[in-house]
Amino acid sequence: MSATALETTGAADAHAHGHHYTTTGLDNRKIAIWAFIGSECMLFVSLISTYLIYKGKSRVGPFPHEVWTDPATGKVYNAILNIPVTSFSTFVLLMSSLAMVLAHNAVVNRHVKRTTFLARLEGNSFFWLVATALLGIVFLMCQAYEFTSFVNEGLGLTTNLFSSSFYVLTGFHGAHVTAGVLWLFTLASIDKKRGLTPAEGLNVDLCALYWHFVDVVWIAIFVLLYLIK
Amino acid sequence: MATTVAPPTYAPAASSPSYAGDKTGVWSWITTTDHKRIGVLYLFTSLFFFIFGGLEAAVIRAQLAAPNQSLVSAELYNQLFTMHGTTMVFLAIMPLSAAFFNFLIPLQIGARDVAFPRLNAFSYWVYLFGGIFITLPIFAGIAPNGGWFGYAPITTMAYNPGLNIDFWVLGLQILGISSLAAGFNFITTIINMRAPGMHLMRMPMFTWMSFVVQFLVVLAFPVITVALVFLQFDRFFGTNFYTLTAGADPLLWQHLFWIFGHPEVYILILPAFGLVSEVLPTFSRKPLFGYAVMVYSGILIGFLGFGVWAHHMFSVGMGPIADTVFSLTTMLIAIPTGVKIFNWMSTMWGGKITFTTSMCFSVGLVAMFTIGGLSGVTHASPPTDLQQTDTYYVVAHFHYVLFGGSIMGIFAGIYHYFPKMFGRLMNETLGKWHFWINMIGMNLTFGPMHLSGLLGMPRRIYTYDANQGWDLFNMMSSIGTAIIIVATLIFIYNFFASLKSGPRAGRDPWGASTLEWSIPSPPPEYNFAELPNVTSRYPLWDVTDGHNLSREIHAGHELRDERVPTAKELGIPMPMSTFKPVMAAIGLVTMLGGMTLKHVNFYAFFAVVGGGATMLVVSLYAWLTSPLEESH
Repeated sequence: MSATALETTGAADAHAHGHHYTTTGLDNRKIAIWAFIGSECMLFVSLISTYLIYKGKSRVGPFPHEVWTDPATGKVYNAILNIPVTSFSTFVLLMSSLAMVLAHNAVVNRHVKRTTFLARLEGNSFFWLVATALLGIVFLMCQAYEFTSFVNEGLGLTTNLFSSSFYVLTGFHGAHVTAGVLWLFTLASIDKKRGLTPAEGLNVDLCALYWHFVDVVWIAIFVLLYLIK
Repeated sequence: MATTVAPPTYAPAASSPSYAGDKTGVWSWITTTDHKRIGVLYLFTSLFFFIFGGLEAAVIRAQLAAPNQSLVSAELYNQLFTMHGTTMVFLAIMPLSAAFFNFLIPLQIGARDVAFPRLNAFSYWVYLFGGIFITLPIFAGIAPNGGWFGYAPITTMAYNPGLNIDFWVLGLQILGISSLAAGFNFITTIINMRAPGMHLMRMPMFTWMSFVVQFLVVLAFPVITVALVFLQFDRFFGTNFYTLTAGADPLLWQHLFWIFGHPEVYILILPAFGLVSEVLPTFSRKPLFGYAVMVYSGILIGFLGFGVWAHHMFSVGMGPIADTVFSLTTMLIAIPTGVKIFNWMSTMWGGKITFTTSMCFSVGLVAMFTIGGLSGVTHASPPTDLQQTDTYYVVAHFHYVLFGGSIMGIFAGIYHYFPKMFGRLMNETLGKWHFWINMIGMNLTFGPMHLSGLLGMPRRIYTYDANQGWDLFNMMSSIGTAIIIVATLIFIYNFFASLKSGPRAGRDPWGASTLEWSIPSPPPEYNFAELPNVTSRYPLWDVTDGHNLSREIHAGHELRDERVPTAKELGIPMPMSTFKPVMAAIGLVTMLGGMTLKHVNFYAFFAVVGGGATMLVVSLYAWLTSPLEESH
């Protein structure tokens, strides 16, 4: 067969080293996560577009940025969005991306000799993985606080178009953060149990790509929903 | 290229070729991670649903054969046309294409399997269980009844309070997950698993069109996912996305649905285009005319497919600017599609044509799809479209592109690749009967619909009064449907008889040119003993170093040295069989399907959804923490 157009190659030798041959040289999972993120973009674009289409279309309050007086009861409802609290939670989520980067760095540079306290902290992948997850949990707690206070102020899931599109959009984002937190704790527990090796850096890298993506989506939501009136 | 062509003259072998390795039995099929076996599972399941959806159409046509009939009630009629559309789109044509994605893509690009074999199994099982979930309600008379497009607000609780739409919403979510998982898998496979030398512009056209389709899937399905989530939340939790009294936009659903829905029609047709692009060059004994232009026009169709959705909505009054823009983009998309038609004709021009059954079906696609394409162009003009909207003219149009296009292409693919899948040839005589009877039946069914539609017969009516000028055309359509049933019965007989006792095929019965024909039929579980090094688009046709691999294969030497070595003998690591993807699929479908219980019993709802979710999570963890292959 070797004389024909179907010559064989040394590609099969890659098995000997425990790798599969790939066309690009990248791991399959790296390509798949990008395809997944592309798909997720369309999910959030659809959710955010619906929110923006329905902006200002609600027949009854409370409203995100305007005061509303209920004509039936005369009760006055304040603008409902709490920018300071959400600014804080946005900051927390941004910091979690920093921790995520440091976690990945710690795993792939595990072999680096570290002597000082700060250098050892920098190389402590378990610490950074847990820190990322905990910052994610703080963000989720802020969201839980936000949702609870909105409901107490009279904005339920079914109150108006704003509340339906707001809760479903931010709820979807919160569900993504929750999935990311579970992923991080899974990685952290593996790290604790046997230590993630530099060769397993991709496992952290995939989680990091997902986490940064969820973070970027939040930036879009924060700007479009909270900051622009 | 001077190869001889089928019909092959191999003597029937004494024993059937065993399929894909030495593992047999039901359990081996349930736990399989082999892309070829999963492809075969897809093929059988989707053929079953194709026949089921056809029977639904048969009842519809029996009801409409004459005026004022009462074979079925108006309510059951609504369920029948809804499920006919839903079944054909999501349970028949898409998974029939998926059967070919699974079986062919790794073989065509010279890979041992797809990128994620277990995810592939998961996709299939989610499809199967989701298909069962959405199909069963019709036996209880509570099937979805809002049309395959499920327009909200008519599908909201206020107008449709039964369980019918719940089955539809949740069923489509389940099927969407299956398609998305497959989409990520095949994108990765095509980008990353090509054999050395298999550059993008050397890929077979079927793989190219499939590649475009996977991008359409991963970008279009999230949009309908969101539309369905809104509908589900409206129905289950009382949100207001489609509640007009709360100020909702009555067009929100239509926009979201068609942003998905129009790419979806290219998801349905492009794989068929790919299949005939394999068949036409093979039986014209010429390379595909304008390969690069075919690739670019496929990509262009994919791009433009996202920019034409509102031509489904001309009658809702979007205003002159929107109408003009979408009219223009719709006319634009006819250009790359027309380019494909001309390229196929140019491929045949001057070729040494052999009319095998698959070639007949391919030429049939070129002709029938052109008719459907031309009536499609008439919809691109809003004034004409206003006359045609919701009439049988539209039904005629999309059946010419889906039956005359997708199904014809898929039949071409089945006849062409049956020998590769099962090691045996299908009967050509019966195949020709199938083709011609199918062709006559199809044109008799859908041709007169143009006329009944132009005479004003609306879609989705369960009966009609006599003497409106439609009686004859409806009778013709119904007779045509009976003829299609005869053709399909011939196909089913031919399929199973050939499976049992068709002549042995050998590696390359058609003298085809691409990699999948260089390996035994059916292929061994590892596909390629050594990864091939590809040096051209037509590796089996191109002469290298004085002789031609195709001729060697035709000499039939592989029939003499019968036994193909196993993966173990060759030391090739193969994915292990595993039931974890099946368990995850059962968990997922239980979780999503169980949500229908919300309107039945709240505690049962929590128990079933919770149980399904637990099973899904546990199976996923077990799956992700266990290795794909045995360690060496």
